[in-house]
Amino acid sequence: MSELTATHFLTLSAALFIIGMLGVLIRRNVLVIFMCIELMFNAVNVSFIGFAWEQHSLVGQTFALFIIAVAAAEAVVGLGIIMALSRRLDTVDIDQVHELRE
Amino acid sequence: MANWIFLIPLAPLIAAVVNFIFGRWYLRDRAHWLAILGVAISFGVSVAVVAQVARDEVALSQHLYTWIPAGDFQVPVTLTVDQLTAVMLLVVTGVSLLVHIYSVGYMHGDPGFYRFFAYLPLFVFSMLMLVLANNYLLLFVFWEAVGLCSYLLIGFWYRRRSAAQAAKKAFVVNRVGDFGFGLGVMLIFVHLGTLEYTGVFAQVGALPQGTITAIALLLFTGAIGKSAQIPLFVWLPDAMEGPTPVSALIHAATMVTAGIFMVARSWPIFAASPDAMLVVAIIGAATAFVAATIGLTQYDIKKVVAYSTVSQLGYMAFALGSGAWVAAIFHLTTHAFFKALLFLGAGSVIHAMHDEQDMRRMGGLKRHLPLTYWTFLIGSAANAGIFPLAGFWSKDEVIVGAWVGGRPIVAIVGLVAALFTSLYMFRVVFLTFHGPERFDAHTVHPHESPPVMAVPLLILSVGAVFAGFLGVPPERGVFHRFLEPVFSGHGAEVHHVSTATTLTFGLISTAVALAGLGLAYAAYVRGAIKPAVVAARLGPLYQLAYRRWYFDEIYEALIVHPLYRLSVWLWRVVDIGIIDGAVNGVAGLVNFTAQRWRRVQTGLVANYALAIALGTVIIVGVYLIVGSTLFQ
Repeated sequence: MSELTATHFLTLSAALFIIGMLGVLIRRNVLVIFMCIELMFNAVNVSFIGFAWEQHSLVGQTFALFIIAVAAAEAVVGLGIIMALSRRLDTVDIDQVHELRE
Repeated sequence: MANWIFLIPLAPLIAAVVNFIFGRWYLRDRAHWLAILGVAISFGVSVAVVAQVARDEVALSQHLYTWIPAGDFQVPVTLTVDQLTAVMLLVVTGVSLLVHIYSVGYMHGDPGFYRFFAYLPLFVFSMLMLVLANNYLLLFVFWEAVGLCSYLLIGFWYRRRSAAQAAKKAFVVNRVGDFGFGLGVMLIFVHLGTLEYTGVFAQVGALPQGTITAIALLLFTGAIGKSAQIPLFVWLPDAMEGPTPVSALIHAATMVTAGIFMVARSWPIFAASPDAMLVVAIIGAATAFVAATIGLTQYDIKKVVAYSTVSQLGYMAFALGSGAWVAAIFHLTTHAFFKALLFLGAGSVIHAMHDEQDMRRMGGLKRHLPLTYWTFLIGSAANAGIFPLAGFWSKDEVIVGAWVGGRPIVAIVGLVAALFTSLYMFRVVFLTFHGPERFDAHTVHPHESPPVMAVPLLILSVGAVFAGFLGVPPERGVFHRFLEPVFSGHGAEVHHVSTATTLTFGLISTAVALAGLGLAYAAYVRGAIKPAVVAARLGPLYQLAYRRWYFDEIYEALIVHPLYRLSVWLWRVVDIGIIDGAVNGVAGLVNFTAQRWRRVQTGLVANYALAIALGTVIIVGVYLIVGSTLFQ
């Protein structure tokens, strides 16, 4: 068992980010896509924490807290849009929403 | 009085503006009151100003403002009244006032009544500014303005195709002359750096001879256009499409004399260039002769009077070209009276005959229109130069001026043209007023004009009789003494005319005028000479005159037709093919490209997200590979 380093944090962060990104690209359910976006946010948070741990600095943690706050606000807006969308089009399938095409 | 000069142009301007704005809905058939009031104020102030100029023998001027202040170069709007301007002021405002009054009767009931009484004061304003200007730029501006008014009034009955065409023709032909005039003004500016008359005349002598000649000829080009000299006179006869009072005011008495006025005003420039003077004299003499021959053959009463105008303008031009400045202005003044009279008389005839203008369908009108007959007769006699009417004194002086100015051939041409003048003038009188009635008496009932038209005729005929006495005795009359200060200095040559010469020429021109009268009498009253036989015997010569020396045909073939063809080519090939093609081609290309690219917009969020992700990956990838070298 080797010592915990920034590399471990970054590996985790990258894995989470890629999972989130693939989710956004592949899944069709708006709600799932939204959760994947949250996953990407938090992947970034993990890398901030990792650097903060490595550097013994509070700056990274402060950033992480800020991002959580911003993500909360963004979640409100995002969920609101999803609510409006499902009410209006009666679907959460992203491929059904293409009104801007023509 | 100098502080009141501004009222002279301002009063007609206000009348014009008010009639333009309120005429259509509010003033309608009352529009003439304001116009007449404006011109009357103008006339009154002019008389007062001119009286002061005559008393003090100094030029008055009023500086209004500086139009273009650019370093050393100033274009002031300054109204200056010297003796020459004074004469023009009285002629312009006086004749205008009478024509305005006459028009009330002539234009009565016309749907464009208010419009007529907006254009007419506007013309008076422009013409007054033209004569009051103290520099060439201001002169040029109002030179163009009178051209515009002329265009508007020729095309006054714009629903008539021929009127619209004539207006266009006048405008375009005048542009040719104005272009030369504009170049002349620029040449003055380039060489002298000023455009004010006094400055220009003081320095012009120092220029090289070639430059002076170029300036003089370019300025004269403008006069050729505006004063209807050969080869640009073709617009004036067509301008008769306008209402007759317009013909009287603009195309006989005032505007067409602007060219003569301008040359007289610029006399130090012309006097400094003998070559230019020779050209002016030759063109003037040719115009006087050619127009007189054409006048002999026309049947439209207004056309004859119009060609007579061209011919008389030719007299003025050759007087200028012979250095007889005062004689030219004198002839201009007397001509204004009798030509306005002739046109208004012709208008009265046309009015009485229900818009018939062809003299072959008139005749015997003396009985029906006594007043018109007598006034027209006075005008004709004055124009023909019958002693002692106005035209005799001035025309005689013009011819003597050419003789003593060293241009005997020009003087002889002038005498020959005088014979024709007398012949065609009395031809009109006899064809119109004498002989059998050649109109259908059942449908046409000639009636004398109302008083509002008759009174101006009477006043003008008084002028046509007595205006000539201003210049008596010849060369030393009131008129000459008045104008003398303008035409002295700057190396002016003064030709003294012996009494014998004056008398000789007086006798010759009287004989010539009477010969013309006699010929006309023999041909058109007694029938001793058959005009048709003479015409047939002259053959091609008659055709040449009847077809107006083919000027219109030559222009049509040499200028109008090629230009038309060029325009069609420009339209079909350059405009539609190249310009429209380029514009439409660009739009088509954009459309084509867009049609291809719009496929990218699938509307599927997944695709957009993929594009973003791939883009990010590519950017990050590039950065990882080469970034280390990029940002060092």
